[in-house]
Amino acid sequence: MNMAPLPLITDENRYFWQSGREGVLRIMRCEDCGWWIHQPEPVCPVCLSEHVSPNATAGLGTVEGFTVNHQQWVPNLDVPYVIAIVELDEQVGLRVMTRLVGVDAATAAAGGVQVGLRVEVEFEQRDDVWLPLFRPVAPVSASLEQAGEAS
Amino acid sequence: MSTTRVGERQAVISGVGQSQIGRKLGRSGVSLTVEAVTEALADAGLDRSDIDGVSTYPGMAPSPPGMSPHGVRDLKEAMGLELDWFSGGGEVPGQLGALFNAVAAVVTGLASHVVVFRTVTESSSQTAERRASVTGSGDGRLTGALQWYPPFGAMSASNWIALYAQRYMHDFGLTREQLAQIPITCRTNAALNPKAIFTEPLTLGAYLSARMISWPLCLFDCDVPADGSTAIIVSHESLVASLRKPPVRIEAIGSALHGRDSWDQRADLTTMACHDAAPMMWSRTDLKPADVDTAQLYDGFSFICLQWLEACGFFPKGEAGAFLAGGERISRSGELPLNTNGGQLSGGRMHGYGYVHEACRQLWGEAGQRQIAGAEVAVAAAGGGPIGGCILLTTSR
Ligand SMILES: [Zn+2]
Repeated sequence: MNMAPLPLITDENRYFWQSGREGVLRIMRCEDCGWWIHQPEPVCPVCLSEHVSPNATAGLGTVEGFTVNHQQWVPNLDVPYVIAIVELDEQVGLRVMTRLVGVDAATAAAGGVQVGLRVEVEFEQRDDVWLPLFRPVAPVSASLEQAGEAS
Repeated sequence: MSTTRVGERQAVISGVGQSQIGRKLGRSGVSLTVEAVTEALADAGLDRSDIDGVSTYPGMAPSPPGMSPHGVRDLKEAMGLELDWFSGGGEVPGQLGALFNAVAAVVTGLASHVVVFRTVTESSSQTAERRASVTGSGDGRLTGALQWYPPFGAMSASNWIALYAQRYMHDFGLTREQLAQIPITCRTNAALNPKAIFTEPLTLGAYLSARMISWPLCLFDCDVPADGSTAIIVSHESLVASLRKPPVRIEAIGSALHGRDSWDQRADLTTMACHDAAPMMWSRTDLKPADVDTAQLYDGFSFICLQWLEACGFFPKGEAGAFLAGGERISRSGELPLNTNGGQLSGGRMHGYGYVHEACRQLWGEAGQRQIAGAEVAVAAAGGGPIGGCILLTTSR
């Protein structure tokens, strides 16, 4: 994974890409109405307040969709790996795209990863970026069982 | 319908043209563009001095390589056009946004005959180190909306589309065998298109054993980069008498985007922008999906084509698998002949404009061996994910 391109860190996105330095995943939130805003905007799309700021999340979420990438898009890309859309617990529809760790890419498509899988954030540092990756909170089978009971 | 103003019906498509299409043609994009425009002018019975407008998507862009090597200026200067109106840019409802802009210019009277063109030299520009379809493969760091995906290895639209495809399969039981019917059908149709790139038959077995790109999408679910240019001439209906032949009529346009403009934030991950655009199109006409004689729907990836089929209402939500199973319904002899020129999957990535070109050829009865007998209504659509637009076209009836 060493060669996947990195974001340019700016004052606008530093809270997200460097929040892993302290081991938490921060997401922009409206301080007036409480709406979580991702991808971030300087104005709350619900109440139009400009009083928005990064807030810590619990770092827990659910896999909403995934794919197993096999293509070597750039040199030195360790394939295959699992890309996922994870919905964070804080708000329905609050999602991040991410890469899953602690899962077997070779068996992911055959049931090793599934929609509904419970995951938690962990960080991988590359240069000045802390990539928020996600890992199953329990062995995949147990986690899915749990998700099934909950739904 | 009573409160809807359907101004697009005051515009018509008077001619279409297409250059040579192929891989690594080694020709300049300007040369390809002039070839396409010259053919479109002859098709319409117009002279270049009649052209007073130009519209293109997404405008000249230095990168990705070959994705859009030429803008308005290049065509204007190459053909010595005198323009009253022109537009080129990417922030529109999908690739066909340039066509919709041309319609608007003609209907408002800012122009009378507008050339809409889309030129690509992606094949010639592609090298081992540089792929036009990969985001962030250059040296620089990512900024803006696209910073959110490639750092996690989601570097290509094939990754982003695959996420939707997986969720659709999960929610609705779609199988790869069913999805395969789209690339297989396109390949069958391409055999009758002299300009198509891939014409050897594609079997289900070959599809299922093909190299995986981003599961569940394999090599054959992805279209093929090409060199080529397509030109569409939009004219005002009051000028029909000056045209060589009865024009193709514009029945309705769909340009809506109601959901989030994002690859991962749309409320329902089994829908795309097409699910906003297509209902708008149908809200502007009394025609129904059952009236469509042929559909030319964006297949940059097979799954996007499936999404357009669903969004256009050819089957109820979630039932793509049953509709596609076996492939009969979308074949040239089926109820909805699909991508009759081979689409982008086998015909080559003309990036949206091949669909309009083919729809017009079908409505004019000029599609040669692949002609759908009696085609009077066609839908063309382009775009995927957060952008998309569609257009309903008819013969002059
Ligand atoms: Zn708010």
